Amino acid sequence: MERTISFTLNGKPASVKGEDDRMLLWVLRSDLGLTGTKFGCGEGLCGACTVIVNREAVRSCSVPVKDVAGKQVMTIEGLGQSGLHTIQAAFVKHHAFQCGYCTPGMILNAYALLLKTPKPTPGQITKHMEDNLCRCGAHTRIVDAIAEAAGAGRGGVR
Amino acid sequence: MKPADGTETGARALTGQVGAFTEPLPHGRGSDQSHDRKGGVAGLSRRELFDLAGPGLFLCFGVDWLAAQEPARLPARQGYPTDLNAYLRIAPDGRVTCFAGKVELGQGAMTVLAQILAEELDVAYDQVDMVLGDTGLCPYDMGTFGSMNVRFFGPALRGAGAEARTILLQMAGEQLHAPVARLQVKGGLVTDPATPGKSVTYGQLVQGKPIQLRHLQAAPVKPVGGYTVVGHAAPRKDALDKVTGKAKYAGDFTLPGLLHARLVRPPAHGAKFQDADTSAAEKAGARVIRDGGFIAVLHDRPDLADRALGLVKARFERPGPTMDDKTIFDHLLKTAPPLRDAGSSGDLAEGEKTSAAIVEQTYLNSYVAHAPMEPHSATATVENGKATVWASTQTPFSLRQQVAQAIGLAPEHVRIITPYVGGGFGGKSSGGQAIEAARLAKATGKPVQVVWSRAEEFFYDTFRPAAVVKIRSGLTSAGKIAFWDYKVYGAGEREAKPYYDIPHQRTLSAGGWQGGNPPGMNLSAVGPWRAPSVNTNTFARESHMDALAAKAGMDPLEFRLKNLSDARMRRVLEAVAKQFGWKAAKTPSGRGAGVACGIYSDAYTATMAEVAVDPKTGHVQVKRVVSALDVGLVINPDGLRQQMEGCIAMGLGYALTEEVHFKDGEVLDRNFDSYQIPRFSWMPRVETILIDNPGMAAVGGGEPPIITVGAVIANAIYDAAGVRLRQLPMTPARVLEALKKG
Repeated sequence: MERTISFTLNGKPASVKGEDDRMLLWVLRSDLGLTGTKFGCGEGLCGACTVIVNREAVRSCSVPVKDVAGKQVMTIEGLGQSGLHTIQAAFVKHHAFQCGYCTPGMILNAYALLLKTPKPTPGQITKHMEDNLCRCGAHTRIVDAIAEAAGAGRGGVR
Repeated sequence: MKPADGTETGARALTGQVGAFTEPLPHGRGSDQSHDRKGGVAGLSRRELFDLAGPGLFLCFGVDWLAAQEPARLPARQGYPTDLNAYLRIAPDGRVTCFAGKVELGQGAMTVLAQILAEELDVAYDQVDMVLGDTGLCPYDMGTFGSMNVRFFGPALRGAGAEARTILLQMAGEQLHAPVARLQVKGGLVTDPATPGKSVTYGQLVQGKPIQLRHLQAAPVKPVGGYTVVGHAAPRKDALDKVTGKAKYAGDFTLPGLLHARLVRPPAHGAKFQDADTSAAEKAGARVIRDGGFIAVLHDRPDLADRALGLVKARFERPGPTMDDKTIFDHLLKTAPPLRDAGSSGDLAEGEKTSAAIVEQTYLNSYVAHAPMEPHSATATVENGKATVWASTQTPFSLRQQVAQAIGLAPEHVRIITPYVGGGFGGKSSGGQAIEAARLAKATGKPVQVVWSRAEEFFYDTFRPAAVVKIRSGLTSAGKIAFWDYKVYGAGEREAKPYYDIPHQRTLSAGGWQGGNPPGMNLSAVGPWRAPSVNTNTFARESHMDALAAKAGMDPLEFRLKNLSDARMRRVLEAVAKQFGWKAAKTPSGRGAGVACGIYSDAYTATMAEVAVDPKTGHVQVKRVVSALDVGLVINPDGLRQQMEGCIAMGLGYALTEEVHFKDGEVLDRNFDSYQIPRFSWMPRVETILIDNPGMAAVGGGEPPIITVGAVIANAIYDAAGVRLRQLPMTPARVLEALKKG
């Protein structure tokens, strides 16, 4: 159905006009110009398109824009708008990325984890991140970065 | 857990190795980059040099610091230009822009090249900005593959930096009225210690203009011992862009009037286009471009282009290939071209006579996909007889030629800009998506973006070839390899010839990733996949070495060392064994420990792993991997460790799960549900060892550590469960089947 959908995007009001069953990923990328959210698989299998909706990590390639009407949406561009967020800083410090394509999704999925579980164990981090795919193999550094961002020990090891 | 590292990682780990290896080693095979030259500072002993240099400087270099990393001044090799201004530009404020035809795939090219230039030019690492992969701005480069960045482009860039520094110092001497020999330079600021307060910056000297070339007696590069930037970890240049979402990939560019294109694709390889009805797509508001079987639907929203594509009814004839992922191996043996000699010596018949036991086996691996997280993407505009294409590619310069040809322009009127690339691994050496975008931009007169879907990515991927390796070999009663007869079909001959001491041997190869395959031999195009040929050849050779060790009743490490005189290989094996805490035992010992080693483009690597095999499910969990790597001089220890860790993680995929399923020409894997790549829970504890060998010019490190992953896991599985898996990937089903057979 064609209509206008309004929601909060990175703390500011946003609205888009069009078919309301279009996936949030494409609305973010091509209607709203926020290209930090990536297309990787289109079926919610890789996590590159992860964004935060009302404090939960969701796969924006599989969420129709009508589902976020009236909700709070945050993309990578909305994180650390006044200086790097702790998670971003930890990713920089640990070099917890290579090609960087999965990185926004990794960081936002980690953000959702730390909202719920501020002090996750490495096992909890691994479990939470399991379905975010990284082809370059930065996994252990990503876990280390998240652990450090959580202040869960190991800080300063590397 | 990685060794505690941080910025001091490399230094500390290297220091740990120093005592053991104080003499330069022979440089192995075919190293045209190796230099033993003692030079530079006549009449001084190492001790005196050390004192001159001050404490600390040389601590991480245990080997021969007198051996300079001397490149040919500006090697004409690989078509690199000889004018230093092609590589660098100095702005009035002193910032240096470095231009390189390489691309940043995640491997850290941006960082390591900035380090090399900063070092040679004597500017701060932070002063250097990188421009990569832009055919309009950067010097020609063959492509970013084969671990050739540091190895071949490195010397060219170093030479350019050294020549620039020499000229800049002459200019500074003229301006400061001081002899060049007296000048000092740091961070691009030239000072004359004899007249305090007098100084001039590179920026002031050049004023944003190209550096005027001079006839120089010499433009010496720095000796390794003088390095302060190279040899140390550096913060990645791409870090801030990548953690903030500001990093732009080829599909992130937008232009006024941009159209997103989706193309009609055949359902299977070998399918022939018949006809198509595009009226419904047009009715839905999409623009349609047709040129025979080249049919695209375009829309200003990518998802709506995708919907429109779903409305196109296309018919194909399907006389496609008949082999599938199970029959492919017999098919390869039937269709492969004649075997060619890839290195033989001695007399196999003689070897058979001296053999007390014969071991003969066949090793298989399926097609493997590159599956980078970023699919092939391109944004193109064609205006006023000129084309600009932003493309995810590993080969911008050859892509320029292809695009030019496809749209009928001269190559100089085509500019390929390579932004950040979301992984390549060899798969982005082909640039079909960029050609499609350029053709459509020309046809529509509008900028066009093409981003392949994940299904297209799997369908058009140039897979790592499926392969068969047959090895027949003999053992003497003394545990020496008597002969080795090796045949590889499909994978290619690189590093197929063994480096073990074998008096009678033959290596034969038929077909491979680089071409020469008869039509119909493969499902579709095959191509380079991280360490092409070498994963297959290392899996077969190192699995077979383990089988020989078991036959001889020997510990697999001991057996390798007994048959090995290559000093660099012995050294990586000994280093990895020490870190792993390897205890000699006959296999299978039940512990689940394995070893494998190999050579890739003059880099030496050895790996040990510990696995647990679940006898009920056949699931293999890799618990620990220790990897040692000798790439000669290490430019950036942390960068190298990132590559090693990445290789081990990626290697788990081809070892354990990754194989392309296909039938009747159809690629059955269309997404990450059936095609499983490594995940967080698969990750073992990884320990990386950098072998201290600065006397040898740096070779690439982005590929070598992946070559051993298949064999080291197969060997560890054998040690754990007493069954040998000879087919990759070693899926739970194959492990279970092997366990059943015993």
